[in-house]
Amino acid sequence: MTDPLLPRRFLSRAPSVVWFLGTLALFCLVVTVLSPDPGMGLVSTSFIKTLGKTLCLCLAAMAMDLVWGYTGILSLGHMAFFALGGYMIGQWLMYARTEEIVIQSLASSPLPPTSVEVAQGVATQIFGVVGSSDMPAIWAFAHSLPAQLALVVAVPGVLALAFGWLAFRSRVTGVYLSILTQAMTLALSLYLFQNDSGLRGNNGLSGLQNLPGLSPTAQDAVSLAFFWASALALALGYLLLSWAVSGKFGSVLRAIRDDEARVRFLGYPVAGYKLFVFTATAVICGLAGGLYYPQAGIINPAELAPIASIYLAVWVAIGGRGRLYGAAIGAAFVSLLSSWFTGGRAPSVNLGVYVIDWVDWWQVLLGLAFVTVTLTAPRGIGGLFDWRLGRHAPDRKGAPLGPDDGALQEKEALE
Amino acid sequence: MTALLEVSGVSVSFDGFRAINNLSFTIGPAELRAVIGPNGAGKTTFMDIVTGKTRPDSGTITWGEKSQSLLGKSEAAIARAGIGRKFQRPTVFEDQTVAENLILALKSRRGPLAALFFRLNAAGRDRIAELAATVGLTDHLARKSGELSHGQKQWLEIAMLLAQEPRLLLVDEPAAGMTLAERERTTAMLVDIARTRAVVVVEHDMDFVRRLNARVTVLHEGAVLAEGSLDHVTKNPQVIEVYLGRG
Repeated sequence: MTDPLLPRRFLSRAPSVVWFLGTLALFCLVVTVLSPDPGMGLVSTSFIKTLGKTLCLCLAAMAMDLVWGYTGILSLGHMAFFALGGYMIGQWLMYARTEEIVIQSLASSPLPPTSVEVAQGVATQIFGVVGSSDMPAIWAFAHSLPAQLALVVAVPGVLALAFGWLAFRSRVTGVYLSILTQAMTLALSLYLFQNDSGLRGNNGLSGLQNLPGLSPTAQDAVSLAFFWASALALALGYLLLSWAVSGKFGSVLRAIRDDEARVRFLGYPVAGYKLFVFTATAVICGLAGGLYYPQAGIINPAELAPIASIYLAVWVAIGGRGRLYGAAIGAAFVSLLSSWFTGGRAPSVNLGVYVIDWVDWWQVLLGLAFVTVTLTAPRGIGGLFDWRLGRHAPDRKGAPLGPDDGALQEKEALE
Repeated sequence: MTALLEVSGVSVSFDGFRAINNLSFTIGPAELRAVIGPNGAGKTTFMDIVTGKTRPDSGTITWGEKSQSLLGKSEAAIARAGIGRKFQRPTVFEDQTVAENLILALKSRRGPLAALFFRLNAAGRDRIAELAATVGLTDHLARKSGELSHGQKQWLEIAMLLAQEPRLLLVDEPAAGMTLAERERTTAMLVDIARTRAVVVVEHDMDFVRRLNARVTVLHEGAVLAEGSLDHVTKNPQVIEVYLGRG
């Protein structure tokens, strides 16, 4: 046996990295070969978009795993950070694209349009739908791509920092914290539903798939580019997060999850760690959302309803908490299955007296799966890898052995 | 000899019940002290106050050469200042290995960024190996601490406490659940530690206190009833009445 105190290389501490990145690279190559533009055209552009979006969801799920699976904070607000990232990139996409159209339509007028006329035209185009023709103040940076990209990081980050500072400093934990995060998400969603929120109310931002300067026919290439960008973000996210959890930082987080009072008595600023993790994962979710919504094409306040964040927790639970690849597998598996069932392609089951239509019954199935996994297989899909590698979870069903023979339960010790 | 920790006139009440009543307590930088008292005398509350878990209603607590006040500091800040605490029930991180537990406790910068970029250097490795050898856990470093026996967990927690390099150790019933041989080893170890640091041992077991051969503080109803050598306090009629008489 090797000396447990000797420093080990990153890859030997986190052996799943090679497998994960290898699988991801292979998957990307296969998809590229099958894609319509450079490849053989065996899969549709819309399917490539679905896959690209799924990779973004995997990234968000890994962030959720860090905050919930490792640190024990069941946040029901991380999809709100995801959607905020989407809104921030959406502002630029919509503004730049509309500006292009306005300039085109004004080009036929006898005098060249002034910048005021252009701005007026853009505002009318974007906000006519909510009965306004003024550009709200929160669109001040919408003309600038670098500024909006900075906001993709800054808006979720600052919101998480402010919320987390208030919550963690007053030591709100457990289910109370979950309720608070859910309240934050609901409040944000209700605010954005209002027309005077400045983000087009329930219409949301649309046409995000049309990149400025590119003709709409370029979607084949654009969707593949976004697919690769999402895969790259997922790969970098996996590397970063597995590096973070493989060393002492991960050890402190798991210790906080298991007994945070004890960690305080060791001298660790627990609230600081929680705030750091909460904010960092909010930023990762914001970035994932910034990649997701140009592929989805539309974002509206329903995207950040509390149910979205609950789904995120369900994915992580089904995939396996406390392991990053588990979260990614759970997100990919459940969200793809979900779009298959709700897309109307799953065959209905005719029971004679009643026809099970999966569009309606999928949620029931998902709920049952969640309950089943939580009760019978707490390690989720990721637990299959342990089973494959022969790592068994201790069966904590026997009586304790007592102080002298160890903390193993009776049955484990006999095996 | 100046005091390392000075608690004076501290009171705290919970819902009208005076758990600590005008308590004063002083300990020097290299001293072993046993704190005894019947159930509900305020022993654990006293530790909670010193470690920052409970805020006193009145009184002062000063620490170190600079007579720094500990009031209003967080548990983590007090721990970093050099006060280590061992709980009655062994509290180790059961899902992590013995080595990981010791690395967590090892004196180091405690912030999130410091932890992200932490690397165990040669000095830290030697210190952990030394501590593991002291408590007989060298062969168990790679095991999950949840698999250890009760006595081994107590030892691990003592090693974790030492790894923090505290100047004052607050030890709550260290011998609970230990065999006689283990108790003797614990006694020898505490006496040895107290050569260089201050150690406060809260204990019920009189035989254990006798073996420690230390000054004894008797608590009763949240205040100091008597202080002195064990023989001195056991002759005190009040002590006999409230504590020893019942045993």
